[in-house]
This record gives sequence, structure tokens and C-alpha cells, in this order.
Amino acid sequence: MKTKAAGSENRHLPNRLGIKSWVWGGNYTLERYLYTLHRVTGLGLLLYITLHLAMNGFRLGGVESWIDIMEILGMSGFKVGEYLVAAAFIIHALNGGRLILQHLGYTLGKPKPPVYPYVDSLRRRRPIVWAMLALIVALAVYVLIVFVT
Amino acid sequence: MQELTFKVQRYLPGKDKKAYIQQFTVPLRQGMTVLDGLIYIKENVDNTLSFRSSCRMGICGSCGMFINNFPMLACHTPVEELGTDRIEVRSLPNFPVIRDLVADLDLLFEKHKSIKPYIISPDTEEAEEPTAEFLQSGEELEGYVQFAYCVKCGLCMAACPTVATDALFPGPQSLGQAYRYCTDRRDAGVEERFHQADSRHGVWLCHLAGACSEACPKGVDPALAIQLLKRAMVFDSLRLKKKKKPASIAQPLAESKPKIDVPEFTVKQP
Ligand code: SF4
Ligand code: FES
Repeated sequence: MKTKAAGSENRHLPNRLGIKSWVWGGNYTLERYLYTLHRVTGLGLLLYITLHLAMNGFRLGGVESWIDIMEILGMSGFKVGEYLVAAAFIIHALNGGRLILQHLGYTLGKPKPPVYPYVDSLRRRRPIVWAMLALIVALAVYVLIVFVT
Repeated sequence: MQELTFKVQRYLPGKDKKAYIQQFTVPLRQGMTVLDGLIYIKENVDNTLSFRSSCRMGICGSCGMFINNFPMLACHTPVEELGTDRIEVRSLPNFPVIRDLVADLDLLFEKHKSIKPYIISPDTEEAEEPTAEFLQSGEELEGYVQFAYCVKCGLCMAACPTVATDALFPGPQSLGQAYRYCTDRRDAGVEERFHQADSRHGVWLCHLAGACSEACPKGVDPALAIQLLKRAMVFDSLRLKKKKKPASIAQPLAESKPKIDVPEFTVKQP
């Protein structure tokens, strides 16, 4: 959607928040920062898959290079990394499920004539998000126990 | 007398390279809004301070500002509600600054216009020369009336993280209005609007941060409208939903006699 007004950003002082608004854009509540978490975990998983494929490439170098790389990956720093990948997967999968439903308007309720004080559909359905977060924490703790033991 | 500290964004084009914050002290009055504080500064301390306002009652949508890090209407925000005596007022994020607190809202209006925010009537003759009202049930009205309360203040655009990163994204205001018209049975512009929203920078870039609905001062809930627009577009492309029937025109009222006869005068006419 191109608009000629896009040019007005050149005439006046630009004030677009840009990517830094993902980290902090103002005093908003939960969903705005889940948006950031979803993107960060998505990028993390993408990075993991790239590294995973690259590591598997060491097989081409023969058994020795594979054993060497496995030794490096067995170090505790990489174990923490592996746990973070599992946690990112749990967050991304469960929040992604919520987003798929809500992107199609499900669980958000119907439009209603606004009556003051206004409560929007996402905040009316906040318990869904709390339940999802509780499930994320429970799974992350379970996976942590599995990793440690 | 209790005093408030107003930290106000200043920017004079041609002189300042970037915006800066200037501090003012304002006496607190009962029932005072942030706009009242700015008017006090302009009338008593610095008459060069520029900001936009008109109705002072949350109707015109011109006084949108970033107040203590949240987009709000200055006239609709009592200072007591902020719970602090330090008030920082900046111009709305994601809109270029013309001067001080005056944001350039051209972008909002251009995007709004681009979705054709009016009823595109299937019956052009009837639209030009209407013979009667279009019929609409209460339920149909409830399907969009919430979205029709938009005052074009731009707070939702200032809150949206996608608007913050993509200049071509239409934003919550115009996408919400696209749904408002698409769901109206009097309108026949669904295909045009769907086509426009279904672009690389279009409706699919909304990732439901929900900040637009949180910021909206009129309870419009643009985030809900956008998700319903996506659903309508998905169902339409999968041919899962029947096309809406165009609204019919009201029949002329039948001639009827008044049920109760007008009583005779009981006082003699002179
Ligand atoms: S949807 Fe709400 S916040 Fe956005 S422009 Fe309309 S009234 Fe303002
Ligand atoms: S002055 Fe009209 S909405 Fe604030």
C-alpha cells in the first residue's frame, strides 16, 4: 500500500521507533512483549537449525572430525544452549498455537458496542494467555529436570 | 499549592537538529488534564510551545501525545490518573514531528483514504438518488458499530510495533476500518479492499501485539477488527463462506390511519 504521505517523513523530523521498539516501545502490557518474545525465540530456533545443519556437515570430514565436534558440543556451555533451544521451542510452539487461533479471530469474542471503561478483546481473554504461560513454565521446568538428571 | 513537573518535547524545524526535553513547573488544579497543563504553559510560561487540540473532550482526536510513555489523548488524561507529579509529554511515535508536540498525521489520513472508507454501493443509482433507507438488522449493526467509533487520533499507529518497523504497513487504523466497511451489508467493496490488504506489506504483517487496542481511547479494538478481517479473507479464498447478500431497500411506509382519534377541543375556540 503506497501512499504519497510516506514522503512527509523526509520533510519533518523522523520519529519512527524502529526495531528498538521490540525491546521497549512504551508502557504496554503482556501481548506486546509476547510479540517480541515470539520473534526472538523464532530467530533463535532459526539460528539453531542453521548451526545444527552446519555441525552435521562435519560428518563429511570423516569419523574423527565428527568425534572432535561431538566432544566440543558435549561441553557444559553447549548443554545450556541446548536447554535454551528446548525452552525457545516450547515458547514458540505454544504461543504460536495461540496466535494461529487468534489470528483467525477465534477465542477473541465478537465485536460489541464500546461501553466505558473500555476493555478490548485481548484483555477480556487474558486468562487464555495466563494459562498458556503457566503451561510454558511447567514444560520448561520439566525439560530442565530431564536435562539435569 | 502542589506543583507538577512537565517535561515537554521541543523541536523547532530549521533550528534544532533533534528534539530535546524542556522542563516546566505547573500549578496543580483539581480535575486538571495534561492538555490543561500544556495550555497553562503556553499561556503563562512559553507561548512558543506548539501542540494540537480542538474539542477538549476526547472527540476530535487531535491531541494524541506520548504521555509518560503511553499514547494518550492529552485532553482525556487527568493528571491525577497518571499517579505521579512528573509528566513527560512527547509527540506521537511513528509519526514525523512538525514542531514540538505536533505530529504529522498525513500518513494516517493517506492510509485511511486508501482503503476507501465509505460505503461502495452496488446500486449506484440508488446511492446517487436515494429513494429510501437500506435495511439493516440490529445484529448486523453490532457486527461493525464498535469499529465505526474511530476518531482517527493515530494512537493505535503510535503503539503498533509493525508500524514502527515498516513504513508501508497500512497499520491498525486503516485495516480496522477496512473490516468495518467490508462487514457492512450496504457495501460492495469487499473484493477491492481484500485485494489491497492482501499484499506483502498488508494485513498479514499484523502479529497481534495488541498494543493498538490497548491504546485506543474510544474502545474501537482495531486488533479484533484486523483478526476478523484475516478470517474473512482466509474463508473467502477457501470459498468457505457465503457471499453477503446486499442490503435491501426499505419499503415505503403503508398509508395508515392514526390509531387514536385526535380528541376534540374541550375548551371552546374563540
Ligand atoms: S482505532 Fe482508536 S486509536 Fe486508532 S485512530 Fe481510531 S480511535 Fe484512534
Ligand atoms: S482535543 Fe479533541 S480529542 Fe483531545
